[in-house]
Amino acid sequence: MNRAVMDPVANVVVERNGAEARMRFIGRWTSDQAAAVEAGASKLTAEAQGAERVLLDLSAVERLDTLGAWVLDRARSEIVARGQEAGFVGLDEPKRILLHEVAYHEFGLKAPVQHSAVVDILSDVGGTVVGAGRDLVGGVSFLGSLVAAFGRMLVNPRRFRITSMVFHLEAVGFRSVPIITLISFLVGCIVAQQGIFQLRRFGATPFVVDLIGILTLRELGVLLTSIMIAGRSGSAFTAEIGSMKMREEIDALRVMGLDPIEVLVAPRILALIVALPILTFLSNLAGLFGGGVVSWIYGGISQEVFLGRLRSAIAFNTFMVGIIKAPFMALVIGMIACIEGMAVKGSAESLGRQVTSSVVKAIFMVIVVDGLFAMFFASINY
Amino acid sequence: MDAPVPPVAAPTGRPNGAPDREVVIEVRDLVVGFGDKVIMNGLSLDVYRGEILGFVGASGTGKSVLTRTILGLVPKRRGTIKVFGQDVDNLTPEARKAMERRWGVLFQQGALFSSLTVRQNVQVPMREHLKLSQELMDELALLKLELVGLKPEVADRYPSELSGGMIKRVALARALSLDPEIVFLDEPTSGLDPIGAQDFDQLIATLQKTLGLTVFMVTHDLGSLYSACDRIAALADGRVIAAGPIETMLKSDHPWLRSYFHGERARHLTAEAGAGR
Repeated sequence: MNRAVMDPVANVVVERNGAEARMRFIGRWTSDQAAAVEAGASKLTAEAQGAERVLLDLSAVERLDTLGAWVLDRARSEIVARGQEAGFVGLDEPKRILLHEVAYHEFGLKAPVQHSAVVDILSDVGGTVVGAGRDLVGGVSFLGSLVAAFGRMLVNPRRFRITSMVFHLEAVGFRSVPIITLISFLVGCIVAQQGIFQLRRFGATPFVVDLIGILTLRELGVLLTSIMIAGRSGSAFTAEIGSMKMREEIDALRVMGLDPIEVLVAPRILALIVALPILTFLSNLAGLFGGGVVSWIYGGISQEVFLGRLRSAIAFNTFMVGIIKAPFMALVIGMIACIEGMAVKGSAESLGRQVTSSVVKAIFMVIVVDGLFAMFFASINY
Repeated sequence: MDAPVPPVAAPTGRPNGAPDREVVIEVRDLVVGFGDKVIMNGLSLDVYRGEILGFVGASGTGKSVLTRTILGLVPKRRGTIKVFGQDVDNLTPEARKAMERRWGVLFQQGALFSSLTVRQNVQVPMREHLKLSQELMDELALLKLELVGLKPEVADRYPSELSGGMIKRVALARALSLDPEIVFLDEPTSGLDPIGAQDFDQLIATLQKTLGLTVFMVTHDLGSLYSACDRIAALADGRVIAAGPIETMLKSDHPWLRSYFHGERARHLTAEAGAGR
């Protein structure tokens, strides 16, 4: 039943009769014969050379479709353009209508303007700089409207969407507990193992406890948590808000008099701000636990010694340095995710691009903010 | 097709006194369901070569599901579907591919690829299935766009820059890009203004005449049913409750069909059609 295999290919037979050339077309001049159709048409224009009158006889054509009709009529108009006479004969009604509908003509499209590569690069660089500036302005103005929304909620607590916040708290907080504690545990183990391995050479193995305690509480816990949340929840926020933007749901909210910042953004960012310190705390515990396990098994430091050293190595401020950073990380991640989500345009491709850029920017900013805090805490000697 | 058509004892779908025309889509005893919900319950339907079949039914009765089942996008629980006389279940991958080249689909939302321009969208099937020079593909894409009533300038825009009506037209151009024998149209005129919808109906009718298309059209648009469709099939309770030309629909006693074709909106169309004859 497969016709493409069974049927004769498109072909053309040329009969010369003095000044008249009769082109007899046979077979199927359809898109499944596309290559043969194109070859047949160029053969036709070549063979017609020198004839005064060219007759294109379609009476033996089994089937003609728009592709066949277009190619044939294009060949005909090329022959006519050379100053020869050319016309179709042997048309039945459907073929006549088809050739009429699909008459060859120029589309009159302007060729795209070509730029030189240097200009393109310069304009790209310029565009990126302007884009970065816009990002900064956009971020500040977004922060402003977020603060305004929080202000309105404080004045009128009924505007606060507690259900939505609890839902997001579960999604970003509770559901990421296993993965965050797992990676923190593993990183704690690795740091302890490396610490013991290097410090052993100086006979300073017990100091690994100081290393684990300070490093985990001050930096590692909050960084690991923030990076994980940027990848896990930041991307989800961007995708959720972005697909709502694509389907005009955000516009629908606006015209109903609801502020998207209040409805969509504030609950998500608040959930992050609440969840991230808690997750950081859990991550700290898991990291210390991992370090303790490796110190005991690999370094031969007993639990009592570990806990004793830990107590003297860290103070309450060591713990607070990590925890204080967490809400700021949450704010950065949440804001970037929501801004990128709002920046999604109509296409699925743009959604993918914004999600990627949301995660990349969030992780980058987390590290920048962490660096700023390190400088700040060092200068106030905390 | 040149092969003789096997006589089919069609229990439904065959118009009264219609000649033994070739059946291009034959659905028998189809059962489709999701979970506990049965959407199609023993549905049978014939679509003949060269006709425009309008498929009507209340919202949620599964018109789109039937289209998607025929296209193989929704699994069926029971029944057979034959397209071009071939059972769609017993196809080799090559035969399946050959069959997919012979039909074109216009999805309800257009389903244009958002990362490609209009021109590239129309060229996707050509690029995948045919060996054509880029020049000819460009010409053909512009030609198809012109056939569906779009200006060549549209060709380099992206789908997100088009209006709803233009998206439908581009989707139709893409569905027609391989000159298929069957086109499936899922609510082609929904979301179009009446003039646009009328143009669309005329376009379908012209294409059907020139290209010998068979058109399977899911629609709610009474205007399309009156002006474009040769035959109408109505879906209710998971079956085809009536099939035939518009007169058959008007005579039917089924309560849903009565309210559909004798409702407020249908009345003036009936009057117009009566006056026109």
